[in-house]
Order: sequence, then structure tokens, then C-alpha cells
Amino acid sequence: MPSALLVRLRDVVVDVGEITVLCRDVLGSLRHRRPSWADFIAQVHFVGVKSQTVVLTTGAATGMVLCAQTYFQFHKVKMDTATGAVVSVGMCSELGPVLAALMLTARVGAAMAAELGTMKVTEQIDALRTLATHPVDYLVVPRVLATLVAAPLLSVEAVFVGILGSYQVGVRFLGIDGAYYLANMRRYTDPPDVAIGLIKAVVFGAIIATVSCHKGLTCRQGAEGVGRATTEAVVMASISILVVNFFLTLLLNRILNPM
Amino acid sequence: MIDVRDLQKGFGAQRVLRGVNLRIERGEAVVIIGRSGCGKSVLLKHLIGLVPPDAGEVRVDGQVLAGLDERALIGVRRRFGMLFQMAALFDSMDVYENVSFVLRREGRHSEAEMRAMVAEALQRVELPGIEHKRPAELSGGMRKRVGLARAIVYRPSILLYDEPTTGLDPIASDRIDRLIRKVWEDLGVTSIAVTHDMRSARRISNRVVMLHEGRVHADGPTERILSSDDPLVYNFVNGIATETAELP
Repeated sequence: MPSALLVRLRDVVVDVGEITVLCRDVLGSLRHRRPSWADFIAQVHFVGVKSQTVVLTTGAATGMVLCAQTYFQFHKVKMDTATGAVVSVGMCSELGPVLAALMLTARVGAAMAAELGTMKVTEQIDALRTLATHPVDYLVVPRVLATLVAAPLLSVEAVFVGILGSYQVGVRFLGIDGAYYLANMRRYTDPPDVAIGLIKAVVFGAIIATVSCHKGLTCRQGAEGVGRATTEAVVMASISILVVNFFLTLLLNRILNPM
Repeated sequence: MIDVRDLQKGFGAQRVLRGVNLRIERGEAVVIIGRSGCGKSVLLKHLIGLVPPDAGEVRVDGQVLAGLDERALIGVRRRFGMLFQMAALFDSMDVYENVSFVLRREGRHSEAEMRAMVAEALQRVELPGIEHKRPAELSGGMRKRVGLARAIVYRPSILLYDEPTTGLDPIASDRIDRLIRKVWEDLGVTSIAVTHDMRSARRISNRVVMLHEGRVHADGPTERILSSDDPLVYNFVNGIATETAELP
């Protein structure tokens, strides 16, 4: 059992090392060659535009349920109107970016790993290389750039519909006074809360794209290899997002929101 | 000119190439034969730098490939065209986009020039007018011919073929062999193919190299090697399984 654990740990260290090398290659590619605008736009459409339904639904549902749960507890101590503040701060700095990133991982990360994995096992990646094309230039850079742009925008959308949903639930269904709801929301939500959420979304976007592309490019042979690469991409990106989120929360609050 | 010196490669505990020495001159048409798993495709991939060697070296026109990073290899690979076993067409693109891929990446030609070059390449592989088709709409033989058009459209000086007739019916195989021969004669390229198909080897080469246990076992003019009385070569060429022969 300990040896299996050591093997697993070694695999994680190898993955982190290879992803670091991939990040270096992406930066090297940006220095050597201007990314194709058409490829970038196509990826922004796939990552950003086509992910809106799932991200908006997740954001709205989270805002609404967070509002209801917060209200049920706060109502006991007569703090109903503080509900909006909790929802707003929670959505801006934590739930918006994290849940949008997890949804993106499931939809986009899995697709990236599966697409690049299939290209690997059908020798399309080798074909690219024989056609004097660096796979990082052609496949990875547009995906990374598109996810870096789309992730914060989707996070903002998730936060917006989450707060909108919470307002509808709080004011229309639970009877909280709308004016106080909004006033407390504005009073306790500071620009650093928004900035923290945006910075996290950018970091999560980088994690999703690099982990997924890495898993696709290092996919093993056969249908099983593609399936495994896809699963590993989703698991590794999701866990990385949750772990990195914890440390970013501590770090960014200390820098941007000192007590 | 391609010079392979003491090339060695292993995957895990399995040693595939155990010291291959081979020199291929410009304009030759070479076929590499050998049993499954003897390292033919691995050797082919070393020639274009797709696989790094464990030891030994490959020189292309005097330039050593080992040690070059992926970006430096791009310049070397521009001299090569490669036809893969399953053609490896990009399934997200149509035939025109596949064949014009390198031309578009290089950005040196106008759209009209690219259309003309793609049309000429497709004409050369006897598939005119299929630019708009998707790879999924093509038969196995057509996919390989489009793969060949993609490999020759930018006029490389060396063409590599990885099992060009595998999986094709005899008629389609014959057509591919004729095209490979025609491309070699018309374009004056160096042609290097890996195959199990002895009929194909006879048609498309003027020199045959046989690999056995990770080394070059026989090397010479096609007719001499294919009519050799060396037991290993004879049995392989004539498809005779001996009791001592290991299963691949």
C-alpha cells in the first residue's frame, strides 16, 4: 500500500513538472510566433460562448440557494437584511470563480483532453510535427489564451446572475426589504472582493487549459488511453482548483483586503 | 543525404533498435522491411526527429538531429513529407484545409496560389475536385492519397511512407504503389518506405534494407535482396514460418 501511494505521489510530481515545462513552451511560443487570430476566436467561442448555459445556470442556482440558506439562519437572529451582503461577498470572491471554473473543467477541460488525446492516438499530433508545426503553437496556445480570457468573463456572469437570483429569492419569496438588501450588499462588498474573484478566475483558467492540454498530449494509446486522459484531466484540474483556491484566498485577502 | 550511425532505442525493458547503421543517398528509393516489432516504424520516426534516440545519431544533410529542440527541428522537418499508416488527416478540416495546411501556416502564398497548388497536388494523386470533402467521407485508399497530396504539396526533398498499403485492397494498394513510384520519378525526391508488402516493396524501391533484432540484417538492390537465399531474408520475403521463428 505505501508503495502504491509513493507511485501515485511520483506521478503527481511528474505531472506538475511536465505541466511546468508546457507553461514554459507556451511562453516560448508567444515569443516566437504570433498566435493565429482565427484559432483564438474559434476557441473563445467554444470555451466562452458555448459554456454560458451551464455557467449561468450554476451561478443562478448557487446564488438562490445561498440566499435561502443564509436567510434561514440569519432570520433567527433578526439579521435578514445582511443576507445580500453574504451572498454578494461569497459569490464575488469564492463561489462565482470556483463554481464557474469547475463547470468549465467538466465541459471544456474534458473536451480539450479528449480532442488532443484522440489526435495523439491517431497520429495527428505527429502529422502536425512532420508538417513543420509545433503542437504547442497550434493546439495549446490558442486554448490557453482563450481560457484565460473566457474564465474571468464567465465568472463575472456567474456572479451577476447569482446575485440577481438571490435578490429575487430574498426580496420576492422570503420578504426581505429590497432597499436594505441592496444597501447592505453595497456596504459590505468592496472592490478587493471583486478583484480577488477575477484574479482567481484567471488562475483557474490557466489551470484548466494547461492541465487538460497536458493530459491530452501525453495520452496513452487506444480508446482506453483517451478515456483515462479525459478523466485524469477533469480530476486533476478540479482538485488543483480547490487546493489553489484555498491558498489564493489566504494570500489575496492578506494583500488586497488586510484586516 | 541521411546518415544513421549506431542508432539505439528502447521502450522500457524492450530494446527495439540495437545499433542501426544506414546511409541513404539523395534520390534513392529505399524500402525497409522486417518482422512486426523489429523497429521499422521507430527507425522511420527517428529519421524525421519524431522520436529521440537513446544512443547513436541521425544526420540529415550533415545536421545532427539529436539535441535539437522541437522548434529547431521544424526547419529540418520542412525538408520531409510523411505519409502515415492511417493517413492521419486532420478530421476537423476538409481536404482543402488538410492539403493546404503547411502553405497556410507559412503564409507565403495568396489564397489563389494555394488553391492552384492544392488542385495540382490532388491531380497528382488522381483525386481532382474533392477539396470540399471531409476525411470521414473518404475511403481508406482515398485518405492515403490525400495524405500523400498533403505530403508533397510543399515540395519536400525526402518522402517517408509508414506502411503505405496496409489495410488496403489489392487494387487500392496497386494504385498507391504507382503513385509513390510516380512521385519519386517526377519530383526527384528521396523515397523511404516501411512495408510488409513484398509486392509493394518490389514496385516502389530500388534498394531494400531488412531489419532483424534491431539491426540491419540485409541491405542491397531490390531484386538482389528479394531473391536472396539468406534463410532469414528468404523466409521473410516468401512468408515462410519456421519452427524456430518467434511470434511477433
